[in-house]
Amino acid sequence: MKRTVFRNRWLPYLLVAPQVAITLVFFFWPAFDSLRLSLYRSSPFGDKLIWVGLANFQRLFGDRAYLRSAVTTFIFSFLVTFAGMGVALLLAALANAKIRGLGVYRTLLLWPYGIAPAIAGIIWLFIFHPSYGILPYVLSFVTAYQFNWFLKGWVALLLITVAAIWKQFGYNLAFYLAGLQAIPDSVLEAASVDGAGPVRRFFSMTFPLLSPVTFFLFTLNMTFAFFETFGLVHSVTQGGPGDATTILVYKAWKDGFEGLQIGISAAQSVVLMVIVILLTAFQFRYAEKKVVY
Amino acid sequence: MGGQGRPGAGTLAVGVGAAVARDASGRRPDWNSRLTHGILLAAVLVLAFPLYYAFVISTQSLSEVSSLPPRLLPSTSMIQNYAEAWQRAQMGRMLVNSAVMALGIAVGKIVISLLSAFAIVYFNFRGKQVVFWMIFVTLMLPVPVRIVSTFQVISVLGWVDTYWGLTVPLMASATGTFLFRQFFQTLPDSLAEAAQLDGAGPMRFLWSFVLPLSRANIAALFVILFVYGWNEYLWPLLITNRPEMRTAVIGIEALVPRSGSQLPEWNVIMAAATMVLLPPVAIIVFMQRWFVKGLVETEK
Repeated sequence: MKRTVFRNRWLPYLLVAPQVAITLVFFFWPAFDSLRLSLYRSSPFGDKLIWVGLANFQRLFGDRAYLRSAVTTFIFSFLVTFAGMGVALLLAALANAKIRGLGVYRTLLLWPYGIAPAIAGIIWLFIFHPSYGILPYVLSFVTAYQFNWFLKGWVALLLITVAAIWKQFGYNLAFYLAGLQAIPDSVLEAASVDGAGPVRRFFSMTFPLLSPVTFFLFTLNMTFAFFETFGLVHSVTQGGPGDATTILVYKAWKDGFEGLQIGISAAQSVVLMVIVILLTAFQFRYAEKKVVY
Repeated sequence: MGGQGRPGAGTLAVGVGAAVARDASGRRPDWNSRLTHGILLAAVLVLAFPLYYAFVISTQSLSEVSSLPPRLLPSTSMIQNYAEAWQRAQMGRMLVNSAVMALGIAVGKIVISLLSAFAIVYFNFRGKQVVFWMIFVTLMLPVPVRIVSTFQVISVLGWVDTYWGLTVPLMASATGTFLFRQFFQTLPDSLAEAAQLDGAGPMRFLWSFVLPLSRANIAALFVILFVYGWNEYLWPLLITNRPEMRTAVIGIEALVPRSGSQLPEWNVIMAAATMVLLPPVAIIVFMQRWFVKGLVETEK
C-alpha cells in the first residue's frame, strides 16, 4: 500500500471509468448472457427462446461428438505442452556449457512467437500437403504408408500439433536455456563431487531447480493450446477430416455460428469458462509459491 | 527473482548478462561448448526451415510449386506472385485493417490500463476493491468463452463491420492493469510526496513523473499487444462480415484451395502469408529487449 495518496472526490472514478465500462459491456454482459443462454434452446424457426433448464448440459455430456471433441482437445493440448516442453528441456540440458552469444540465439529462437497460429498452420499445411508437400515426399522413400491428412484423422491432428509446437518451441527453449544458465556452477559441481552421474544430477538437482520455469511454461502452453489455436484449426483443417481435429473452442464456434444452436454453443462456452477458471487458479497457486522463494 | 539462485521466469533477461560475464574469463572453447553451439544451431535451423520454405515457394511459378521433387531454392516469379497475392486478396486493405486493429488495441489498452492502475495505486476511493476484482475476473473470460453472446452485444451496439468493434472491446484486460499496478507500487513514496510539495496535482504527477518512468513498461506492453492484436483470429472472424473489413490473418484462409477443382496456387498463398507474418515478426526482432521484458512481466 502507498502511504502517499492524492485526494479527489471524482477523479479516481473518471480514471477507472473506461476500463470499467469496457469490462462491463464486453466482458460481463456477454459472459452473463452465455450463462443465461445456456439454459435456453432456440425455437425451430429461430425466432424465440425456449427455457430448457440444464437440458443443454445434459445433452452435451451425453453427446458422443462432444466427448470426442473433449478427448481430442486434451490429446492435442497435452502433446503440444509436453512434447514441446520435453524436447526443449532435453536440448537445453544437453547444451549445458556456458553460452557465448546467448542474446543472438535468443533472437533466432523467439521470432516464431510473432507468427499467427493460422499462418503457421498454412505453412505446415503445405509441408504436409499429400500431393506437393515435402514431408510426404520424403516419407514416401521410407514407407508406402499414405500420410494424407485429408483422409486420415491422426495425420491431421499431427499436422496442427506440429504447427502449434513449432510456434511455441523456440520460446520454450529460450526460457529453459535462461533458467539453466542462471543455476550457479557451484550447485552442480557439488552434486558431481558427491559422485552423481549426469542423468542422476539432472533429475535430482537441475530439474527441481528449474521447476518455476516448468510451471510457468506449462500454464502458458496449456492456455495457448486450449484457447489460442482456434485460428489454426479454422484455417487449416476446419475440424476435419470428419471431426478428427474439432477442438472444443472450434466446436463451440461451429455449433453457434454454422449450426445456429445458440443454447448448445452457450453451454459449451460455460464449460470452457470452467476450464479457464481452473487454469487460472492453478497459475495463481504457483504465483503464490513464487513469492515464498 | 533469480537472486537466490532459484531460476524463475524472470531469469531470461538476467541469464544473458551472467553468461557473457562468465565467458569473458578467457576459457578456451572445449568440446562441451562446441556440442552446445551445435545443438543450438541445429535448433535454430530446424525452426527457420518452414519459414525459409514458405519464402522459397513464394518465389516459384505454379509449375515449379506443383512438381516433384520439391525445389528448395528461390526462383524468379517472386514479384509476380506478390503482386498477384496483393490484388487477389485485397491485401492492401486487409493489412490496413490489421494495422488499425493492432495499433488501436495496443495504444488503447496501454492508456486505459495506465489510468486505472494509477487510480488504484494513488487514490483511496469507495469501491476500489470491487473495481480491482472486476478487472481480475476478466482474466477468466477470454473471447472463446463468450462466442455467441459477444456477437449479439456487438450487433446491438451496431459495431459489426466497424473499426470500433475491432478495437474497443479488446482494450480492457487485467494484464496491462496489473503490470502497471505492480510497477507503480515499486515507485518510492517520496516521489509523490515531492510532487505534492511542489504543488503538483495528480494528473500533473502522472504526466511528468510517472509516465516518463513507465517508458520501459509501456514499450514492453506495446510489443506484446501489437503482436496479439495483429494475430487475433476469432474476434475479427466473429464481428466482421464484409470482405473489406477482414483482417489479413483471417483473409488468407480464403486463398487456400479447398477442392481439387481449384488451382493449387501455393506460391500466391505463401507470398500472402509472408506479407502477413512480417510485421509482427519484425517488431519482435527489432524490439527484442522490450519483447522479452513484456513476455516475462505480463505472464506473472
